[in-house]
Amino acid sequence: MLKKEKDMSLAMPRFRDLDALYSPDAKVATPMYEDADLFKEEMERIFRRTWVWVAHDSELPDKGSFKLSNVGLEPVIVVRDRKGVVHVLVNRCRHRAATVCEVKKGKTSSFQCPYHGWGYGLDGSLRALPYPEQYGDDFSKDSHGLLRLRTESYAGMIFATFNEEIEPLADFLGPVRKWIDLFMKQGGGFPIKVLGEHQFTVPMNWKIQLENTTDAYHFPVVHKSFMQSLDGDTEEIFNFLETGKGYVEDLGNGHSVMVMIPELVDLDQNLDEPIPERFLELAQELREEGYPEDQVRKIVRAVGGAGFNLNLFPNVSFSLAFFRVLTPVNVERTDIRHIAIGMDGGPAAANRMRLRLHEHFQGPMGFGSPDDAEVWERVQRGTKGGEALSVLVNRGMVDEQQGPDGPLGHISAETGMRAAYAMWKRMMSA
Amino acid sequence: MTATKTNDDLALLHKASAFLWSEADMLDAKDYDAWLGLWMPGGRYTMPIGDSEDFDNALNLCHDDDKMRRDRIARFQQGFSISSAPPAETVRTLSRFVIKAVDGDEVTVHSAEHLIEDKFGRQRVWAANVRHMLVATGDGFRIRNKVVRLLNSDGMLNSFSYLF
Repeated sequence: MLKKEKDMSLAMPRFRDLDALYSPDAKVATPMYEDADLFKEEMERIFRRTWVWVAHDSELPDKGSFKLSNVGLEPVIVVRDRKGVVHVLVNRCRHRAATVCEVKKGKTSSFQCPYHGWGYGLDGSLRALPYPEQYGDDFSKDSHGLLRLRTESYAGMIFATFNEEIEPLADFLGPVRKWIDLFMKQGGGFPIKVLGEHQFTVPMNWKIQLENTTDAYHFPVVHKSFMQSLDGDTEEIFNFLETGKGYVEDLGNGHSVMVMIPELVDLDQNLDEPIPERFLELAQELREEGYPEDQVRKIVRAVGGAGFNLNLFPNVSFSLAFFRVLTPVNVERTDIRHIAIGMDGGPAAANRMRLRLHEHFQGPMGFGSPDDAEVWERVQRGTKGGEALSVLVNRGMVDEQQGPDGPLGHISAETGMRAAYAMWKRMMSA
Repeated sequence: MTATKTNDDLALLHKASAFLWSEADMLDAKDYDAWLGLWMPGGRYTMPIGDSEDFDNALNLCHDDDKMRRDRIARFQQGFSISSAPPAETVRTLSRFVIKAVDGDEVTVHSAEHLIEDKFGRQRVWAANVRHMLVATGDGFRIRNKVVRLLNSDGMLNSFSYLF
């Protein structure tokens, strides 16, 4: 009996039928959020086989700069070598598996295992080990470097994969690229730079977060207390569900975009419009610092972020003014990072404003994230009841149209979730 | 150091400790209106990330001026925030009080804070180094600035529905 339970896996009938887990009419079965064996399969079939976001270029400013990250469950080091090339290396010594780095970020010239002193270069190659003669003459240092992942980047966003066969990153992103280009315009003419991050862990399955970034339906409910803390004009802007001008579009490969504030999609446009009251003080400060009027307008327009959320399958999203990254920990736990971004070389006053706006909504003490975290945990808790019931992501199927890149629905439609689950199914059946 | 001076130091330490304990009691009781009354206008309530000191130019967990403090309390009290309606319950102790500096009517006090929260029957433990800059007033102190440095502030945390 025990053995039988242990063997439960995709080979068992209930996981062989992927339609039973995510049905053609967009219903998600409860085990999707709480089955530990299914989670293991997801880590293997999804997180080890697709492009996973690991870092932003600005986090590795110099030769030798590194940060720790994850690809699914696997701890990795993202590091820039002496030639400026970025490598993603599994953080595990090839001798006896100890991690070779436990510093979250920094600068180094090499990585040395603390256990027996094996030393690795910035590209992961094994450089030296104490007393190598005990391995014999045919020991090859070349075949004992740190495990290195395939690494590519787009617009400063660095992705890595264990899958040598996968399509190039640019093809994987497809129409997402033009949205990333639009998102990065919030540099206001300066390159985008990571300014810091908020980190919080939530007792939930990773897909509960995946569902959230292009979910406008929750915003006025979960974030009512945030809305109430805004001035009237800004509250009007965030009232996108009521004004109903936005939409959600499936961009293929599990990616989706949710346009909330259409007039803020392209931050280079409408620069002649009056500066909103909440940015007047900043505009004046920039003028006094000597910025010409056209640059002041560009910076001030960019400072509040873009008018859309872009969700990439499986682990990163671009949300108004920050990056959101999810890292699965186990079937019922997911780590979340909200990465603040600003203008590299831009005016300090503008970056200060971005930092304060980020702190206002995001992170453990924000006016928004704690309420998101609470409802995500409530979903996980709720799945303990009514095992036979399913989770509905069919909202907005009734009037979905064909958009330029895929199905396009009402601002409150669950089109983005359906995009993600279609990709989930494709990868789990491959 | 004279005996008199020592007695003065101990009296100040005692007075400051009593003030911080009373603040801690307010925060556990979520008596936020009273807590807002402890502040000097213009002061900042800051929870930094890592060891940064330039709070204005760094990302913090929070960096509240007067308005943000009031907005934060309003959010807790109005009942529309699911994470704070109801909030986690907390029990905290402050100890290891050290008077770090006295400058005119300004007193800088360092302390250790241990806090246990309970929500959904799940308890979490937090620890922080706290720095209060207090201003002596006729009847006691007001808070000019308060900096709470959580352990692991630059690592994975959880959401907070209360103040430290």
